[in-house]
Amino acid sequence: MTDRRTTPVADSVSDAFAPSVAGFAIVNAGALAVGAPATPRNVPARGGEANPSAAALIAKFGDAVVRTWVNCGETNVVVKVGAVHDIIRWMHDDHDQRYEYLVDITAVEYRDAGRPLEVVWHLRSLSFLRFLRIKVELSPREPLAVPSVIDIYSGADWLERECWDMFGIRFDGHPDLRRILLWESYREGFPLRKDFPLRGRFSRAEQLKQALAADPEARYSMEELTIAEAFDSLPEDMKRRIAADKAAGQEGFGE
Amino acid sequence: MSTRRTVAMELQTPHLDADGYISRAPLMVNERGAVATVDASSAGAPTPEPGLESDHMLINIGPQHPATHGVLRLVLELDGETVVRCIPHIGYLHCGFEKIGEYRQYNQIIPWTDREDYLNSMGNNVSFVLGCERLFGIEITPRCTVLRVIAMELSRIMSHVVWVGTTAVDIGAFTPFLWIFQERENIYNLLEGWVGARLTTSGTRVGGMAADIPDGWLEGLRSFVKGFVKTLDETDKMLTKNAIWSGRTVGLGVMGPIDATNAGLSGPMLRASGVAYDVRKDFPYLDYETYDFDVPVGRQGDVYDRYLVRMEEMRQSCRILDQAMQRLPDGPINIDDPRVILPPKHKATSEMESMIHHFKLVMEGPRPPAGECYVATESPKGEKGYYMVSDGSAKPVRWRIRPPSFVNLSAIPKMVEGHLLSDVIAINASIDIVMGEIDR
Repeated sequence: MTDRRTTPVADSVSDAFAPSVAGFAIVNAGALAVGAPATPRNVPARGGEANPSAAALIAKFGDAVVRTWVNCGETNVVVKVGAVHDIIRWMHDDHDQRYEYLVDITAVEYRDAGRPLEVVWHLRSLSFLRFLRIKVELSPREPLAVPSVIDIYSGADWLERECWDMFGIRFDGHPDLRRILLWESYREGFPLRKDFPLRGRFSRAEQLKQALAADPEARYSMEELTIAEAFDSLPEDMKRRIAADKAAGQEGFGE
Repeated sequence: MSTRRTVAMELQTPHLDADGYISRAPLMVNERGAVATVDASSAGAPTPEPGLESDHMLINIGPQHPATHGVLRLVLELDGETVVRCIPHIGYLHCGFEKIGEYRQYNQIIPWTDREDYLNSMGNNVSFVLGCERLFGIEITPRCTVLRVIAMELSRIMSHVVWVGTTAVDIGAFTPFLWIFQERENIYNLLEGWVGARLTTSGTRVGGMAADIPDGWLEGLRSFVKGFVKTLDETDKMLTKNAIWSGRTVGLGVMGPIDATNAGLSGPMLRASGVAYDVRKDFPYLDYETYDFDVPVGRQGDVYDRYLVRMEEMRQSCRILDQAMQRLPDGPINIDDPRVILPPKHKATSEMESMIHHFKLVMEGPRPPAGECYVATESPKGEKGYYMVSDGSAKPVRWRIRPPSFVNLSAIPKMVEGHLLSDVIAINASIDIVMGEIDR
């Protein structure tokens, strides 16, 4: 192999682009990693070498870490809801961890009704080339709410909105938590929950009826109507309806 | 294919620096927070003429605008012609892929992966089965590994080709579109010869491929790579130092490396910002660490750098294709495990045991052990990952797509705010979105 990277577009990153947030800048992924990365082979379903960050988390946060295990070569860490924001903040800021990259936020609901719903954060350390899965277990009886990490990773914005849209998990601290893939006045609930039927709650005839009855102007969000300064000139009933839709989107279905 | 055209045209590009790079006009921020690009030579921020200040205007781009590359709707608040705020709306194509996947066996999900990022369908097929195989604990055959690399790099070229063509059309250049879409047609012909479909390939299976390549297919691929590099050179000559092209792309939609990483951007978007992160290098799969290729990295993070990075990636893909063709070993493409791979048809109709395996595989489907895995690959758009959770049954409990365009698009308000309305089209095009993947 020749050198690991060349940069045909530019020789190097210019000085203007070497700012530092949380004390370090990432330019080359894997700058601090030990050894060359290789395709994983014969990955065992259970067990294997754990990501060192898991041990560091236990040492730092103690009881807040519920359990850790290695599955398919990936380290899973289940933490308590109250501590998850601090933990992710520490993972991002600490110089020995450097999880600069938020891969994904999603949730898992199992088919056993008794099993808690899980919120999953996939984090990547580009400097150390590590991957970690952080989980929080939410009992269906408790309110489905976790802290938002948008103040740590700006990329969490749409991922959290999607998770709210699909699972009804509230991300406390998200500035604009509204539905993203579905429309704001969607009434049928949260589609990826296991109690949601595959074909939706309403019949095709009812869905068609609702679609035809929908007012396309109500597709503007409250925010946009305020920008347009058109909200005040709307008819009274439409104002009420839009305001009600906004409230319904925040309360959710069947909570 | 031969002597069809020559390009000897190079428009004069102003503002080249000593290294031949196009020099950037600095961005000026005025006291109202709006950003304006001004010519480097003129001094001071532009001041609005007195008496011309007025209310902001709200404008809708999309969902049916051809330059939004699908059903994307951008609500823009404009101050004059400058974008003050951008609110994207997505979801017009949402059809619940992830929900449907929970009701399908693993092999039955593969056709859905074609349809999310439909410019990279073969790459998605490969990514998905890589995830399944990690979950099942399967090691694929050497021939299959190399064939999958060929599939992924072909679809990377296909996606980038569409990107260059459509972006050029958005910005006003029609010729590269016609030249480079001919190459896309050639890739489709190759894929049709391999798996029988052009767009919705479904070319992989858990544990192998749907089909081995037919006789003479590699010669077709070889001549494609040879011709494609020429087309790429011609397109390069048409665009890279073209005054109109650079004038409409340089300095637009800048994302710094820290911002880009923090926003979760990936693929050419992140690399154009100067962060050398490529899943193929950093979290390799399919033996990518044994191929000799380079990762192009930009230094400004603007639309022009994203263009340069994608052009270079196509050349690197050609290098990988060359190496893959050289090393393609003989041997079976499917693993020898009747629990996941269907027996050949003639055996299923003549041998009792094969018939039972066939029946059980079709009716019940292969069952992975309980567990979960996230396997990421470098799709043309960025880090495409599949997160699968199994409870030991034949259907996943959760099948999650990590859509790179979705995360990349979420940064569009940051990129367009402060730019002109006409630049929104160029910036939006530079993200390389596929709405099928964003809405799923």
